Amino acid sequence: MAKRMQVVGGGLAFIAAAVIAPFLPDWVVSLATIAFANALVVLGLIVLWRAGLVSFGQALYYCIGAYVVALLGRWIGLRDAFALVLLAGIAAGLISFLIGFLIARYREIFFAMLSLALSMILYGVLVKSESLGSTDGFSVLTPTFLTYVPHGQTLNLTLYWFTLAVCAASALGVSAYFRSIAGALAAPVRDNEIRVEFLGVSVARVIHAKVVIAGTLGGLGGALAALAIGHVDPNMAYWTTSGSFVFVAILAGAGSVAAAFVGSLLFEAIRSLAVDIVPEFWQMILGSALLVTILFVPEGLGSLVLRLRRKKAEPS
Amino acid sequence: MSDILAVRDLEKTFGSLVAARDITVSVPPQQTVGVIGANGAGKTTFVNMITGHLRPTKGSIFFEGSEITGRPTREITRLGISRSFQVAQIFPTLTVFENMCMAAAIGRHAGGFFSNIVTPLHSSEAVADAEAAIELFQIGAYRDIKALALPQGIRKLLDIGMAIAGHPRLLLLDEPTSGISIEEKFDLMQIVMAALKSRKITVLFVEHDMEIVERFADRVLAFYEGTVIADGAPAQTLDDPKVQELISGTRAKANGGTPAHA
Repeated sequence: MAKRMQVVGGGLAFIAAAVIAPFLPDWVVSLATIAFANALVVLGLIVLWRAGLVSFGQALYYCIGAYVVALLGRWIGLRDAFALVLLAGIAAGLISFLIGFLIARYREIFFAMLSLALSMILYGVLVKSESLGSTDGFSVLTPTFLTYVPHGQTLNLTLYWFTLAVCAASALGVSAYFRSIAGALAAPVRDNEIRVEFLGVSVARVIHAKVVIAGTLGGLGGALAALAIGHVDPNMAYWTTSGSFVFVAILAGAGSVAAAFVGSLLFEAIRSLAVDIVPEFWQMILGSALLVTILFVPEGLGSLVLRLRRKKAEPS
Repeated sequence: MSDILAVRDLEKTFGSLVAARDITVSVPPQQTVGVIGANGAGKTTFVNMITGHLRPTKGSIFFEGSEITGRPTREITRLGISRSFQVAQIFPTLTVFENMCMAAAIGRHAGGFFSNIVTPLHSSEAVADAEAAIELFQIGAYRDIKALALPQGIRKLLDIGMAIAGHPRLLLLDEPTSGISIEEKFDLMQIVMAALKSRKITVLFVEHDMEIVERFADRVLAFYEGTVIADGAPAQTLDDPKVQELISGTRAKANGGTPAHA
């Protein structure tokens, strides 16, 4: 019952987010599009985090997804958003599958540092590649949606709805995964790998699957962000980009799927407000926000909802 | 071959150290075998080789007639051999029910990679299995308590309960009563052995307390310096002069107040 309520609640939230969009200023819609695209990367981080793993290089897949979209446009003129996002997800998924053979053997700081190193390799390669635009990167073609070719503000809205749809599908998929045996194995893997092996399950394979899920989500997020921003550059693989995803994951907490989206929206909102109000010190505002989160809601924003639910449950 | 477990000429060396040698043992179904021996006699090495944790240097292991020597732990587990640990191996941040449900779900759904992704954890079969195991081991009062907060005896029961949640046919218990006070030991073994009997599981248990061995085992294997020096009914093995000379020294110490833990 509870799980059906959650799915219905999540669905309603997505529909509400879709319905109010036309009444919002254009810049808010653009901001929300990027926030939701980034939320997919955060969702991937949450999948890993539940198993006790933190990736400091999730920007690797974000950047791969973004460059796949940009390069397909540049090389073969592919503009269709559906095909681009699908292909970007597949490409990031394949790369994470290969990387998984190596990285699924590591834990804790070693997992974090290895993922960071891999993302910085991509950054280095992109910076040195003149043919891929070097440090400047290059622009992304305006997307089309199957046969629909929107322009201007309509394009902005369509892309927002498209991003919401990909997010809703991903959120549904990830919450189903969390209820499956493999998904629920996250805490056992974090707690006691020996027992998991002696129950008859390969820990390495469970983690490998999580790496692929997180990588694919990262690729999807990167692809949507590239379409929304209209430009790609090597900074998408830089460690500060990975860092901002980890930041949002801490803000959101690993407790719920919805928190990734709320957290990402909040992060983008705080960042743009901070840049607007105190352009010299916006990082300080973000840093303080993180500090407050860690001090007062150490399990993230998601835990606030859980706390409320518990409070409601107690009197009855 | 009707034996559930057959071990032939098993040997394990670590460099020049011989941890196990010339072990040849057959166990018929539903027998309860006690394994005794001083610390370092090779009991745990023996258990570790059967469960695939250690690969034997020589010899072979057969389970229900098919060879399992050197196969990985998780394959052996899925074939139907399970084990519990000297120090309970549980998931501390999960509740007793969640621990048991995880074990039951994996056991029930074969633990295959793709079936793990598509099968929900709380399938009605897994939940029923978990509830049954909790009842069987009489730990219902702790059902919704996180495992990290459990008393030692309950941890042990949960550990063994998780080991049988996947319906194994052979269970290896490595010192089920270690870390348990002398007063509680007997009750704990009573619960465990009754549960295993009701599930018709063949049991090999490593134990230092000779009274418990005598009370619960159908047959006793005595280990000394990596090999089996006596094998027979409890009275027969425990009265063996060689066993009394080499191992029952441990028994005297254990009865003297400080239980011997490996």
